[in-house]
Amino acid sequence: MVSVIDIINVGLFAAAIRMATPVAYASLGGIFSERAGVVNVGLEGMMLMGAFSGVLTSYYTGNPWLGVGGAILVGGALGLLHAVLTVKFGGNQIVSGTGINLFALGFTAYMSQTIWGSRGASKSVQGLGEISFSPLKGIPLIGDALNTMLSYKPLVYVMFVVVVLSYIVLFKTPLGLRIRAVGEHPAAADTAGINVYRTKYICLVLCGMLAGLGGVFLSLSNLSLFVLGMTGGRGFIALAAMILGGWKPLGALAASLLFGFTDALQMRLQSLGILPAQIILAIPYILTVIVLAGFVRKRIPPSDYKPYLKE
Amino acid sequence: MSYRKFGSTVRRLLLGAWSILWAGLRGAIPQAIAIFAAFLVGAIVLLATGHSPIDAYGTVLVGAFGDSYHIGQTLTQATPIIFTSLAFLFAFKCGLFNIGAEGQLLIGGFAAAAIGISFAGLPVYIHLPLALAAGAGGGALWGLIPGVLKAKLDAHEVITTMMLSYVALYVTSYMVNYPFKEPGSWVAQTVFVVPSAELPRILPPTQLSGSIVVALVMVSLIAYVLERTTLGYEVRAIGLNPSAARSGGINVRRGMILALVISGALAGLGGAGEILGVHRRFIDGFSPGYGWDGLAVALIGGLNPFGVVLASILFGALRSGGMEMNRALGVPLDVVFLIQALVVLFVAAPRLIRYLLKRGGYKW
Amino acid sequence: MSTAAKMVNITKTFPGITANDNVDFEVKKGEVHGLLGENGAGKTVLMSILYGLYKPDKGQIFVNGKEVKIDNSAVAIKLGIGMVHQHFMLVPSLTVAENIVLGREPKKYALLLDIKKTLKDIEALSARYRLDVDPKASVCDLPVGVQQRVEILKALFRGAEILILDEPTSVLTPQEVEGLFDAIRALTGQGKSVIFISHKLKEVCAICDRITVLKRGKVVGTVEKKETSPDELAEMMVGREVVVALKKEHVEPGKTVLKLQGLNALNDRKLPALRDVDFEVHGYEILGLAGVEGNGQTELVEVLTGVRELKSGDILFDGKPVTHASPHERIGMGISCVPEDRQKNGLIMDFSVLENLMLGRHDRPPFATKWFRLNLSKATGFADRVIREYSIKTPGTGTLARHLSGGTQQKVIVAREFSRKPRFIIASQPTRGLDVGATEYVREKLVEMRDQGCAVLLISADLDEIFALSDRIAVIYEGRIVAVKEAKQTDELELGLLMTGGSR
Repeated sequence: MVSVIDIINVGLFAAAIRMATPVAYASLGGIFSERAGVVNVGLEGMMLMGAFSGVLTSYYTGNPWLGVGGAILVGGALGLLHAVLTVKFGGNQIVSGTGINLFALGFTAYMSQTIWGSRGASKSVQGLGEISFSPLKGIPLIGDALNTMLSYKPLVYVMFVVVVLSYIVLFKTPLGLRIRAVGEHPAAADTAGINVYRTKYICLVLCGMLAGLGGVFLSLSNLSLFVLGMTGGRGFIALAAMILGGWKPLGALAASLLFGFTDALQMRLQSLGILPAQIILAIPYILTVIVLAGFVRKRIPPSDYKPYLKE
Repeated sequence: MSYRKFGSTVRRLLLGAWSILWAGLRGAIPQAIAIFAAFLVGAIVLLATGHSPIDAYGTVLVGAFGDSYHIGQTLTQATPIIFTSLAFLFAFKCGLFNIGAEGQLLIGGFAAAAIGISFAGLPVYIHLPLALAAGAGGGALWGLIPGVLKAKLDAHEVITTMMLSYVALYVTSYMVNYPFKEPGSWVAQTVFVVPSAELPRILPPTQLSGSIVVALVMVSLIAYVLERTTLGYEVRAIGLNPSAARSGGINVRRGMILALVISGALAGLGGAGEILGVHRRFIDGFSPGYGWDGLAVALIGGLNPFGVVLASILFGALRSGGMEMNRALGVPLDVVFLIQALVVLFVAAPRLIRYLLKRGGYKW
Repeated sequence: MSTAAKMVNITKTFPGITANDNVDFEVKKGEVHGLLGENGAGKTVLMSILYGLYKPDKGQIFVNGKEVKIDNSAVAIKLGIGMVHQHFMLVPSLTVAENIVLGREPKKYALLLDIKKTLKDIEALSARYRLDVDPKASVCDLPVGVQQRVEILKALFRGAEILILDEPTSVLTPQEVEGLFDAIRALTGQGKSVIFISHKLKEVCAICDRITVLKRGKVVGTVEKKETSPDELAEMMVGREVVVALKKEHVEPGKTVLKLQGLNALNDRKLPALRDVDFEVHGYEILGLAGVEGNGQTELVEVLTGVRELKSGDILFDGKPVTHASPHERIGMGISCVPEDRQKNGLIMDFSVLENLMLGRHDRPPFATKWFRLNLSKATGFADRVIREYSIKTPGTGTLARHLSGGTQQKVIVAREFSRKPRFIIASQPTRGLDVGATEYVREKLVEMRDQGCAVLLISADLDEIFALSDRIAVIYEGRIVAVKEAKQTDELELGLLMTGGSR
């Protein structure tokens, strides 16, 4: 007999936070991109390449943190590519993003096969372990519980820090002000002397780096290998989280936690064999559609989505 | 009709076809360059990973067009792509991005299979159209949902179609693993469809079926609808300027929904064609990603129904030739997908092509 | 007075047009220098070059005696040049303070925004130049006159010594114009220079010390205000006797075609845009609706064409209620509209002339058959006829609307809407952005339609146009109709007062 406590317990919340982390990273990236006025549907591809690069780097260097670095670099490079195609060359943002997604799928499968001889999964590599120290350990009463919730995984802690930093940057610094201006009214920013192109480039590279971080969390922290297509649509769920969160970092975190919760719930139900796997697997995606249907009305995207062309 | 009228009509049709062809060819130069550039980068990747691009590309070419068998297989691979790229194209003309063609194809395929395996006593001229219609209907339903969400709630169709694609994957997978599974089989597949629901093979021993005929009919139909009917006019108007379209009396909401419904129906029909013509049963995972190909092909085809046919054949060639390349040389098939992605990226920014040409000294 | 800035031999071309042709221009310290000319004379382009938005093909620029190269706005701002554009460059969701400091943000701890210092600086500037604003308000909530003040403060905050104002009064009421002139005098009193771009003779004569007239990209002359007159300036601007009065005969108004009763509607931000609007338009009559832009005109047009829902009230057309009719139905009933923004609502830029001419009737006979098939041969015949009738300058019916000039684009819209033989026409800012020839043509056509029995509602921010065309005049202010008068029984002053909520 399955009781409620089997399903809902601290482990579930820990799992929820774990599942939310990659989505949160990617949606933060998405926020920077869209606040600067560029749609980025290539988050999925950037995450996947981040996941892959992390494993690849760890494979050759034996150091998972270098793997994280590799993921950030590659993610940033893809962000730069998207920027060049859409900002410099005025290309269609959705086509470019989709191209990046397709590229990631093809490239990772090809390289996976070439390097490890297996199309489906890479070899096991040195993953990011758990941290033995934690800044939260000292807190009386809840310190241990918090650590359990955060699964002792370093990138989870970092995620929360990044959320707060994103909020500060976006709303409390001159850079953030300029980003918001560039996205909403590029002509106004231009005549105020702001370099619109450079701001967009910065935001897209940042977006790619964050997405790459989200991806490498999946491959080096959750597992210790790369699996074909392991992002499983999370890049798109991140977009939904971004919209649901009103293009604000704290809102996106909340939305990501919501999605993470349903993901964790789905896995728990599956492991308990309550419903057939396929139905449960579909739940997060159905939820995203419902969320978009129910909540989009209240949110207005902050930017224009057209390439800003001078003269 | 008098002979003279007939003659002038034929003359007008020929002139019209010629001008479309010529305009299409001229407009295809950026696409051609994008394809060339993509193959170039692909060659570099192949070289870097220890394969000979010449051998690889050569094998692909032979594997695609070497003899009538291979040509037949190429066309077989191209057929579902024609459907999915038409689907993307039609929605795109309305300003909508339907990237869920893969899911719509799956649903359509399953719906066709469901009708196909039932109703044993029907004559073929009822059963087959019924099954095809079910396929189109299933896909249409899968396009209706994001269509309504977009029209009524402005939900971004990129995400909704994508999500529904995953849902379709799981729903059909569930169906074919449990209720509709062939009894006693290890493989997740249905029983064979009743012969009266089969699309005939038109080039044995290849798998080329009547599906390609349906595809070509759809191409002409869509081209006609877009340029010569009020529906096509309205769809295009909405895609170019929804504000002006609304002021001009066009019901923008209805147009968007119709565009996504038709788009889904086309993809669903493609799935039905695969099931009824090639596999004759629904198999879990029968689509190696025809939906995603559709997107790339629509772009390469210059968003023109006839260009789409050419580009579909190209992709079909890449797939079937690619399988040969994999078999004979051990080069991973994914390099083909890589090249496809590169084409999309190059096509995404037409000005990039111009920039590259200028760099190379050629004035555009 | 010494020279603040000088532009010598400036030439700038765009594909197909020479915007500035060997232009010499000089502005002295502490003066108000008017740059006068018609639409398309090259005024904005010249000043955009000074502000770094365009690079000249030829010529030199001197600021404070030194030659400079102004590659972008940042350079211009550093040189002390500021520009307030015709279309405001303000970010709607940001506050006044954020907009003003954008690009020059005061910093705390080198990384964070120093909001307190920002507010203090703005208050100081605001007081010094008599430009009253609330720094914490969101720009999107502010009326146009206040937004303009924010724009000026933006330039001053960056240390502008030379302030370029591009058509600043086009969105102001007569009373707000006086407020602006006060601020300009305060600025020049403190030694700053103001360049006043306008095509409005009377205002230029009122505020400027010197005036340079541009015509078709060339300088016609630079004169002292004291040594010239509005008539002389007008002749310099246009090069021929300006004909102000349109030939319009008096026609007896007919029956009521359109009747609005108690209309209430909300705008996009859910605030009331139309309040209890009541008026009638008769056949054989042009009713001019005067008002400063942003007082509900846009929403009124949308409500009349069926694009916007009413909160309450009724619209009666020939006595029958059409309040909930769709745009499609209204076109069928004989309601036509020449919209305010021809590129956004009037035309589909990437459609051909033929396709644009069909819009609105594309699904009815004779353009469409029973089975939704388009009858292109009939449509082409119609298009050819209409192109001839309305003298539309286009290489062919297949030309994309995008490739036509502004005046020709407007003609396409006019041809499409008027050839339907409508019973009621809404013309919203119909001559905005058009040259003299096109403007005359559109106005003549409106009178022609009136003479054929049509009821015409003319919405315009241009009082000259209102007076030239209207039989009766109504005034809209903050969504309310504040007056309806016979044209002969009122004048500019009264209308100006009514447009701002006052009364005689």
